[in-house]
Amino acid sequence: MTSIILLSVFGILNLFLGFLRSNKVLLPGAMLLLLAVFGANLADWNVVHAPYFNNMLVVDNYTVAFTGIVLLTTIVLLPFSRSYVLSGETNLAEYYALLLFSLVGAIMMVGYDHLLMLFVGIEILSICMYVLAGSSKRDSRSNEAALKYFLMGAFATGILLFGIALLYGATGTFVLSQLATAVAAPANASLQPMLYIGILMMIIGIGFKVSAAPFHFWTPDVYEGTPTFFTAFMSTVVKTAGFAAFLKLLAVALPAAQGFWLPTIQAMCALTLLLGNVGAAAQTNTKRMLAYSSVSHAGYLLIGLVASKGVLTGDAANGIFFYSLAYSIATVAAFGVLKLVTEHRLRDDYASLNGLGKTNPLLAFTMTVAMLSLAGIPLTGGFFGKFFLLAAAAGQGYIGLVVFAVIMSMVGLYYYLRPIIAMYLRPVDGDATPVPVDGIQTVTLAVLALLTILLGIAPGFLSGIL
Amino acid sequence: MLTAVLLFLPLAAALLLHFTKGATARALALGASLLEFGLAVYAAFAFKSTGTAGFNLDYAWIPSAGINFHIGLDGLSLLLVLLTTFLVPLILLAAFRHKYDNPSAFYALVLFMQTGLLGVFMSLDAFLFYFFWEVALIPIYFLAGAWGGERRIAVTLKFFLYTVVGSLLMLAGFVYLYLQTGPAAGSLASHSSELSAFYNLKLSAAEQSWLFWLIFAAFAVKMPIFPFHTWQPDTYTEAPAPATMLLSGIMLKMGIYGTMRWLLPVVPLGVSQWGKLVIILSVIGIIYGAIIAIRQRDMKRLIAYSSLSHVGLMAAGVFSLTQIGLQGVVVQMLAHGVNVVGMFFVADAIERRTGTRFIPDLGGLTRRTPVLSVCFLVMLLSTVALPLTGGFVGEFLLLAGVYQYNAWVGAVAGLTIIFSAVYLLRMFQRVMLGPDSAFSETINDLTGGELLVLVPLIALVFWLGLFPGTFLHLSEPAVTNILALVGR
Repeated sequence: MTSIILLSVFGILNLFLGFLRSNKVLLPGAMLLLLAVFGANLADWNVVHAPYFNNMLVVDNYTVAFTGIVLLTTIVLLPFSRSYVLSGETNLAEYYALLLFSLVGAIMMVGYDHLLMLFVGIEILSICMYVLAGSSKRDSRSNEAALKYFLMGAFATGILLFGIALLYGATGTFVLSQLATAVAAPANASLQPMLYIGILMMIIGIGFKVSAAPFHFWTPDVYEGTPTFFTAFMSTVVKTAGFAAFLKLLAVALPAAQGFWLPTIQAMCALTLLLGNVGAAAQTNTKRMLAYSSVSHAGYLLIGLVASKGVLTGDAANGIFFYSLAYSIATVAAFGVLKLVTEHRLRDDYASLNGLGKTNPLLAFTMTVAMLSLAGIPLTGGFFGKFFLLAAAAGQGYIGLVVFAVIMSMVGLYYYLRPIIAMYLRPVDGDATPVPVDGIQTVTLAVLALLTILLGIAPGFLSGIL
Repeated sequence: MLTAVLLFLPLAAALLLHFTKGATARALALGASLLEFGLAVYAAFAFKSTGTAGFNLDYAWIPSAGINFHIGLDGLSLLLVLLTTFLVPLILLAAFRHKYDNPSAFYALVLFMQTGLLGVFMSLDAFLFYFFWEVALIPIYFLAGAWGGERRIAVTLKFFLYTVVGSLLMLAGFVYLYLQTGPAAGSLASHSSELSAFYNLKLSAAEQSWLFWLIFAAFAVKMPIFPFHTWQPDTYTEAPAPATMLLSGIMLKMGIYGTMRWLLPVVPLGVSQWGKLVIILSVIGIIYGAIIAIRQRDMKRLIAYSSLSHVGLMAAGVFSLTQIGLQGVVVQMLAHGVNVVGMFFVADAIERRTGTRFIPDLGGLTRRTPVLSVCFLVMLLSTVALPLTGGFVGEFLLLAGVYQYNAWVGAVAGLTIIFSAVYLLRMFQRVMLGPDSAFSETINDLTGGELLVLVPLIALVFWLGLFPGTFLHLSEPAVTNILALVGR
């Protein structure tokens, strides 16, 4: 709760910082504010709080853990906005404020205990994202992305809200714990079909937000058009918060309706893995590849939802937590490197990375670690993320799904290796000057690579905390 | 503690190498690898050959999942650790002969790989094993990809995909086994991935039948066994010489070692069901590799196919499940490691002098290069299994084992010796003797630095050939243990 208050206050404070007309204070300012929030969030670990606002919001370890991921992601992402600072971007204060506000939405999605809070959280996060997607005002692709995201997003929100309404109609409550009882022992059995349609609508609504197939079709276009800095935010924070909310909904409110949603999620999961991986393999543009890969990672996280079987703690939930963390760090690293390279070399296909191992060893190393992590190769956090999720699913007997996921990660190897090949094995074409990287970005990239390796060597300290 | 130092010393050196250049980097890399060899020799003297793993080191790694950082050495592991630590300094010396760009990165990758290899040979926990199995793969990918020949990108990609697909299947098998285990003593987790826990599993014949292929996939690709071999000749040819030595001298043994330690005792019923098929495939590989080798005109490719043929015999020896066969595998792993590294080194020495390894372009080199010629001949005769060399002891024991299994298979497998004599002696005749070529007047003999690599190799060839007991004695209890577990 402290983190929500702090973020809201800091967001407004940040807007006032904008009046100083000096971009130089904004980046360090925003980072310091976020670090303060991060600390405040950690202070809530293992502290028992009473539910806030009549059971609308709870702050427990689950909330703190996932909030930690989204805050950490944003902190390590911020240094890559340096070029906005240097370019004298006049709206920078607003962008930072929007990021801070959107985090409020993300935290609400993680900590909700009432469906309306979930809805409000999703809306706060989404509206900020619609604006940020279009933040590159003179770029028609960015405009297209914003419009597309907004139209699709508004549609999905409508469906989600419709689902919530139907759920309320069938059970008479918005509170998760009461929902669980009502679903388990319905007062009026004739309302059962309405309940199921409601659940389906909610799955569609959230599935859209986390870009799970078949509701992923907006992802590549929007990711490609959105300025890379915000794409990175979109594909990490939105996804982490979305899955935390998804798991909570299924595990706390709807365990009794498992017979209905388990097959649905399983089908979605298989489809997402297939479309995400095959789609990514077909790309020639790094950013679009990362967009499709983010779809495929939604697929792996859906395995966690299947394996959770309606339990909020335990192997599957821990798996989702660890995977989200490893995925977020690797994704920020990948997008960060891509942003720096794209700004210097003015293109974002695989060939733009050619020879980066020679010109910028650190960038190439970080990108390599990120790619290996996303591909799930040992020595990186991504390996243990996949391992925990797949082991949890196999432990529940979903052998078929696990085998399919393993086959799909073999496909994944093919496209994750392509940037590595470009960076180390192909010579630079054209401009062979090193990509400029400043001190704080260097430190951040090194930290991201180290974190990924640390998660890959010593996952023990975070693998069972939920 | 000794095992931990052995395992992480090369890694530490690899990290340090990033801050050094030129002569310092060379000295550091070589010094670390020699120190490492010294440690391994010390371990061999301190080792008591009892059959169970000594120098155990066991820490909880991921306690919530029952995964431990458990390493140790038994006779079999120790021999492979000795082989690895013995070959790496020589491979580094071979690498010093080349002018690579960014040499410290090259040496660092070799040392990094050494940690991976040693980890594979020392792990006593399934996930640790898998972890190091993949760790050993990453550096070789960069070594072959960044410093290789013209077709390196396509070739390394193929190699990487083959091996990773194999490894993922193995991981799937391990996860299944892991989920069948009960909690380890004193552990919070509900499962355990200890090797001993895998050994104690009671699995049905049907389960073992498919588990066998899941786990064997990774080993079959690494060895490689026909028909999983198609990556091998390309990769051996395109990779730079030191990387090829790593691949053929040490990495290939990962597959054989893995089969002995992680496949035979874990799924014995699967082995009895499929062992016949694997032996047939191995024998096909022996003949197939040899016939293709006869037709090769590129020295590196010829050695690659010859290695394919020889590894077939080792695989057949493993699946013969006889004491003598498995002991033969152990000696042959050492002998093959030494021979193939020596052969590739000689081929590389010739290529560095003449700029070609195309056999018809060479000829009559021996007059100006008597020392090179002798070294080449020793390596070659050991590969052909001439008595008094390591190759003979290995192949003799192997053939005896395969013969015990089935006389007919033994007879066909024995063709490997005849075939290898055909293609290797032909190569020697064409390259070293034969009609004079453009190079026969200008070529220089081996330098002292190069002898520094070849002399230890030759010494080991004879040691293995004359006193194989030194090594057989170390591995015997371990082999007996494995066979006891298979026979249970």
